[in-house]
Amino acid sequence: MSKHFVWTKKDLLGLEYLSREEIEFILYTAASFKEVTTRQIKKVPALRGKTVVNLFYEPSTRTRTSFELAAKRLSADVINIAVEASSVKKGETLIDTGRNIEALKIDIIVVRHGSSGAPNILAHHVNSSVVNAGDGWHEHPTQALLDMFTLKEKLGRIEGLNVSIIGDIAHSRVARSNIWGLTKLGAKVTVCAPPLLIPEGIEKMGVRVTNDLDTALKGADAINVLRMQFERDAALAFPSKLEYFKQYGITAERLKKCKKEIVVMHPGPINRGIEISSEVADGQNSVILEQVTNGIAVRMAALYLVAHARPTGTRGGEKPL
Amino acid sequence: MKLKEKTKILDKVSIERTLERLAHEIIEKVKAVEGIALVGIKNRGAPLAERIADKIMDIAGKRPPVGALDITLYRDDLTQVAEQPVVHATEIDFNIDGIKVILIDDVLFTGRTIRCALDALVDFGRPSQIQLAVLIDRGHRELPIRADYVGKNVPTAPKEVIEVRLSETDGKDEVVLCEKV
Repeated sequence: MSKHFVWTKKDLLGLEYLSREEIEFILYTAASFKEVTTRQIKKVPALRGKTVVNLFYEPSTRTRTSFELAAKRLSADVINIAVEASSVKKGETLIDTGRNIEALKIDIIVVRHGSSGAPNILAHHVNSSVVNAGDGWHEHPTQALLDMFTLKEKLGRIEGLNVSIIGDIAHSRVARSNIWGLTKLGAKVTVCAPPLLIPEGIEKMGVRVTNDLDTALKGADAINVLRMQFERDAALAFPSKLEYFKQYGITAERLKKCKKEIVVMHPGPINRGIEISSEVADGQNSVILEQVTNGIAVRMAALYLVAHARPTGTRGGEKPL
Repeated sequence: MKLKEKTKILDKVSIERTLERLAHEIIEKVKAVEGIALVGIKNRGAPLAERIADKIMDIAGKRPPVGALDITLYRDDLTQVAEQPVVHATEIDFNIDGIKVILIDDVLFTGRTIRCALDALVDFGRPSQIQLAVLIDRGHRELPIRADYVGKNVPTAPKEVIEVRLSETDGKDEVVLCEKV
């Protein structure tokens, strides 16, 4: 990695908007932050005096906690706004909320929203940095970055790897961000799901599509198993949990037919016995808990970079040239 | 920033001799090589620390542990420096509690880098002592910091720049006095 790379974006909205070099730079920076999280004193003064707000329009525990820890380990001050208890309930628009937050002199807004593109709108209307913590079915960039960071740590590279994403592709922002990031870094991506959970036109993103799990597993260096949200969208497309487990569940028997060193990832929370068996989730190939640890380092890197964007910080929603 | 080379201050041989003298001075001052560690400040302090450790090994028969410190996250000028610094990893894989840590850097100038390094180091533990060794002291301190071991004192003008080049980082060994043009 070049010693002279300059980060210019004030926002992190999605991997679609980043170049390969920018993605690699975040991963490189995250490696340095990972070392910080292994120290006895897990704190550096890099964002001292800066304030980060977690603005969450959807419930989230793990992502919010991870961002909060990341900000605190950079010595930033953090406040959490859960929308159930806020004036959004009283009818305030996203842009007005953003402007009010900015008037409180807040440097970084970490936003999760149910509508795709909401962070882009927010980023356009405020001068604070905006980091997307998941928007609708659009993107969840820090999750994909931590998946790639974990892959790189485990297998030493991303270029040329066969990575299969298995599960509800249609309703998954994790899948979409992973596809953008992995293909930009030169991995070969396969998506695998029941027909109704494959969005139309997904192959235009440069991925192989299959409905057959064995095809997706064959030759894969890594798999990313998505959570089946049977309490939400997935139930409409695949009514039976048991049937899903039989056809698409990752089990020890299936794993035996895969590459011995296959890396099994899952963004969490896992549904044991639906998309993944306990034996696999707790097994040798699983890196699920390492993903959680790496999430903090990746989010520290993201917060650090957007806060120090140069020269003035271009708005993040524009595609790279 | 463009630089014009004015004079070569040290060549390969004189860098080696200077480091050897620093190694002798360190051994003389700390008395026991056991219980010391060298920590180089990235980028060029890190290879210098390795070289001094090798020389201590040659002289005293024991090689002190060597670490490398990246001070980017501790800088007080992150928003002021023209060039955005890249964060590199810190590598200190030994416990620094209760030992003498000798910080190593290539050039001592304003003292701000050392201030950062002191902050960073105390986050790793509580050494019994922290000392400082530098290859070049060029003056112009902005903080009350001084070196315990100095390779060479070089009086400079503020607009001059000391370029330390090492084979590990730059492909050759030399120290050159330059001027901003």
